[in-house]
Amino acid sequence: MNTLIYTSILGFLCMVLEIFNVRKLIVPVLVLGLAVIFGLNLADWNSNQSFFNNMVRIDNFSVAFSGLAIFVTLLVFILATDYYAADQNHISDYMAILTFILVGALMMFNYANLTMLFLGIETLSIALYVMAGSKRFDIRSNEAGFKYFLMGSFASGFLLFGIALIYGASGSFDLGKIADYTIQNQQNISPLFYTGMFLVVFAMLFKVSAAPFHFWAPDVYHGSPALVTAYMSTLVKIAAFAAFYKLMSTTFFYTFEKVAPMLNVVAIITLAVGNLMALAQTNFKRLLAYSGISHAGYLMLIILTAKNQTAGALFYYSLAYSLSTLAAFAVAIPVFSATKSEDINSFNGLAKKNPMQAAALSMAMIGLAGIPPFAGFLGKYYIFTEALQSDYFYTTLIAIVASMIGVYYYFKVILAMYGQAANEAKVEQSFNYNLVLWICIVLSILFGILPGPILNIF
Amino acid sequence: MLSLTLLSIPLIASILLLFSRGNLSRNLALVFTIAQLIFTAYAYTVFKNEGSQAFEFLASWSVKPVLNIHFAMDGMSLVMIMLTNLLLPLIVLSGYNREIERPHIFYSLMLFMQFALNGVFISFDGFIYYIFWELALIPIYFIAFNWGGENRAKVTLKFFIYTLAGSLLMLFAFLFLYNGSPAHSLDWVSLTNNPACSCNQTWLFWLFFIAFAIKIPIIPFHTWQPDTYTTAPTQGTMLLSGIMLKMGTYSLLRWLIPIVPAGVAEWQYVAITLSVIGIVYASVIAIMQKDLKRLLAYSSIAHVGLISAGIFALNLTGFQGSMVQMFAHGINVVGLFYCADIIMNRTKHGEIEGLGGIRLLAPQFATWFMIIILGSVALPLTNGFVGEFMLLFSVYQYNTWLSVFAGLTIILGAVYMLRMYQKMVLGSALKESLVFPDLYWNEKIVLVTIGILIFVMGVFPAPIMELTEPVLKNLIK
Repeated sequence: MNTLIYTSILGFLCMVLEIFNVRKLIVPVLVLGLAVIFGLNLADWNSNQSFFNNMVRIDNFSVAFSGLAIFVTLLVFILATDYYAADQNHISDYMAILTFILVGALMMFNYANLTMLFLGIETLSIALYVMAGSKRFDIRSNEAGFKYFLMGSFASGFLLFGIALIYGASGSFDLGKIADYTIQNQQNISPLFYTGMFLVVFAMLFKVSAAPFHFWAPDVYHGSPALVTAYMSTLVKIAAFAAFYKLMSTTFFYTFEKVAPMLNVVAIITLAVGNLMALAQTNFKRLLAYSGISHAGYLMLIILTAKNQTAGALFYYSLAYSLSTLAAFAVAIPVFSATKSEDINSFNGLAKKNPMQAAALSMAMIGLAGIPPFAGFLGKYYIFTEALQSDYFYTTLIAIVASMIGVYYYFKVILAMYGQAANEAKVEQSFNYNLVLWICIVLSILFGILPGPILNIF
Repeated sequence: MLSLTLLSIPLIASILLLFSRGNLSRNLALVFTIAQLIFTAYAYTVFKNEGSQAFEFLASWSVKPVLNIHFAMDGMSLVMIMLTNLLLPLIVLSGYNREIERPHIFYSLMLFMQFALNGVFISFDGFIYYIFWELALIPIYFIAFNWGGENRAKVTLKFFIYTLAGSLLMLFAFLFLYNGSPAHSLDWVSLTNNPACSCNQTWLFWLFFIAFAIKIPIIPFHTWQPDTYTTAPTQGTMLLSGIMLKMGTYSLLRWLIPIVPAGVAEWQYVAITLSVIGIVYASVIAIMQKDLKRLLAYSSIAHVGLISAGIFALNLTGFQGSMVQMFAHGINVVGLFYCADIIMNRTKHGEIEGLGGIRLLAPQFATWFMIIILGSVALPLTNGFVGEFMLLFSVYQYNTWLSVFAGLTIILGAVYMLRMYQKMVLGSALKESLVFPDLYWNEKIVLVTIGILIFVMGVFPAPIMELTEPVLKNLIK
C-alpha cells in the first residue's frame, strides 16, 4: 500500500517542483524517490495484507510485479534525462504523467476488487493516451494518441459492461466473492455471468494487444515518441498481463474451461500474426510492436496454463522481455535522433561507428529471439514446458515454429548493423543511455545463467 | 572437476581476449588452446582409472522447472574432446600469416566456440546439451558473417535459420520427453533407461533426426552447407567442417540411438538410404565443381554421408568405424581447407582450371597437400582408410546393394580429388606471372602435424577403438 501512496505523491511532487521552478531537479528526485519506493515495496514481501475493505490486496504476487514495474520505470526515467533534455519546458508534465502510468500499473497488480481493476486500467490508459500524443506538432503522434484513445475507450466500455454483468449475476465486485459464487452455483451459473466474463476477457485481450485485438498496437507504437514506446512495450504490457493473469487464476478459476478454447485460438492467432507481420516491417518501432504482439502470444500460453499457478513463468518472462526491449531502445533512441529516421536502415553500419552499441543491440535481439544464454531462452523454455504439461500440444508446436520465424526479423537488425555500409550520421552516446543499456544486458545474461531465484520467486 | 576445467579455460580465454589488441590476441589464443590441449592429454592419460563416466559433475540448476547440470566423459566424449582441442591450436596457428581485422574479437569468438563445442561433447543432460548446442551456433555465425566473403549476409542468415530451425525441433522433442518422464528429468541416464512409448518414438525420431541431419548435413538438408563453407573465412570453415558437423554425427550416437531406439529401428532404412543417396549425389556434384572450396564442401558431404550411413547400419563395426572416421575426417578436412586457402591466398584464384605448376614453385606444399589428399581418398596406411573400410563393411552387413553405392565414395573421391590436384598443382604453370612462395613456418607446422597424424592414425588406430569400444558395445544392447 505504501508503494501506491508514495508513488502517487511522487507524481504530485513533480508538479509542485514545477511551481517552485526547479525543473532540473525533477528527474533526479524522481529517480531517487523511485529507488526508495523500490526498497519500501520489498519490505512488504510476505506481509499479505488487505486495505479499504479488501479493495487492495498486497501479496507476494503484487510485490514482485510492483518491484519489476518500478525497476523498469527507473530505467526509463534514467533514459528520460537525456531524451527530454531539449524539451525542458514540459518536463514536469511528461514526468508526472509517466509517474501516473506507474500508479495505474501498481493498482493493476494490487487490485482485489473489479472496480479497483477498472480504476487502475483507466489511470494507466488515460495517462498513456496523453503521452502517446505528446509530440504535439507531429502528425503521427497525434494519430497515435487519438487512435489509442478511441480504441481504448471501446475496450474500457467492454470492461465496464462486463463488470456490471458479473456484478448483476454474483452480487459482488470482490474477486474472492465472485469466485465463491462460481463454486456455490456450479450447476446454474447465470448466463449473465458468462457474458460478463467474456466481455472482461475481451477487454483484457485488447490491453495486452493479442490478435485479433491488436490493430492499435503498430500504429500507436510507431507514432508515439520513442521513449513512450519503450515504456508502453515494457511496463504497460507487464501490467496488463499481470492483471489478466490474476483475473484468470483467481476469479475465473472455476469457469476457466469456458474461455480456454477461445484463449487457445487467440494465442495461436497472436503468435501467427505477430511473427508473420513482423517479417515485412521496415520501421524499427513497428518491428518491435509486432515483436511485442508475438511475445504477447507466448505470454498467452501462460494465461492458458494459469490454473497451474504459473505466475513464476509470467514474472520471469516479463522480466526477460523487458530487459531486452529496454536495451534495444537504449541503443535505438540515440540512433533515431542522429539519423532523423526510425527505419531499420538507420542502424546501417552501426558496428563500424559504435561497436559496443552494436554488440549490445545484437545481444538484445538475440535475447528477444530466445537464444541461450540470455534470459529470453529460459523464459520460453519454461513457458513451453508448462504449456505441454497442460496438454496444449499443438499450440506449443506452433509457438516453436513462431520462434523460428522470429529469428529472421530480429536478425534483420543485426544484418543492418554489421552487413551494410555505414551512414553518415554520427551517433552520440551519453552516459545515461549506456548505463541503462549495460544494466539490461548484464542482468539479462545473469538471469539467463542463474534463473533460480527469479523462477521460484512465488 | 576436470570437465569444468576444460570448459572454463576457453571461456576465460574468450573473455580475456576481448581486452587484448593486435598480435597479442593471436598469441594469447594460441597459448590458451595449447593449455587446453595439455589438459585434454592429461584427461586421456588418467581416463582409464575413472570408470565409465569419468570426471563427473552433477549439480542442480533450477528446481522448477527441473533443470540439472550433468557433465561427464565416456570414451566417445573423450575422442571428440581430443579432436576439438587438437584442431583448435592448429586452426589458430593457421591464421598467423593472414591479415585479420579486429583479431581480438575474431579469436575471442573462436575460443567461445571451443567452449561451446567442449560443452556439447561432455553434456549428459538434455537441457544443458541443448544450450551448448545453440551456443556453438552464435560465434560461428558472427565469424562467418563478419569476416566472410561475398554475399555473406544472405548465406550466413540462411545457415543460421536453417540450423536453428532444426534445433528448435529438437527442443520440442526434449520438452516432450521432459514432460513424459516421471521425475521431469532430462538426464541422459534416465532418458535411456525409460524410453518413451514407441508410438511417440515414431515422430520423436524425426524431430531429433532433422536437427542432426541439418548439422551433419544429410541430403536433403544440406543446401546451406556449400554456400556457407565457401563464404566463411577459412578458419571458420575449418571449425565448421572439422568439428561442428561432428556435433551432428556424435549426437546421433549419443542421443538419437539410445533415446529413441524403437524410432531408430523403425526408420533405419530411410535414414541409411538418405545417407547413401547423399554420398552418391555429393560425389557426382563434386566432380562437376569448378571452384576448389565448393569441391571440398561437396566432398565433405559425401564423407559424412558415409559416416551417418555406418551409424545407421546399427552394428558395432559401423559405430566404431564412425568414431574413427569422425576423427580422421576432422583432421583431413581441416588440412584440405587450409591447403585450399594457401592456394587462394597466394594466387587469388579459386578455380580449378587455369592454374598449374605449383609443384615446381613450392615442392614442400605440393608434397603435404598430396599426403592430405591421399588420406582423404582413403589410401591404405592413411587414416581415411581404416574408418571408411569399417563403415563400408558395416553397410555391407546391412545391405549389399547399399554398400556398393556407398563404395562409390572412394572411387569418385579419388576421381575428383586427384584430378583437382593434377590440374592445380602438377604440370606447368598456365599463368606466366605465377608467384608462389613455399610454406611459411606456421603453415609448415600445421601441415606437417596434420600429415604426421594422417599416417600415425592410419597405422595405429587402436587407441580410438579401445576408448570407444565399451560405450559402443553398450549402445548395441
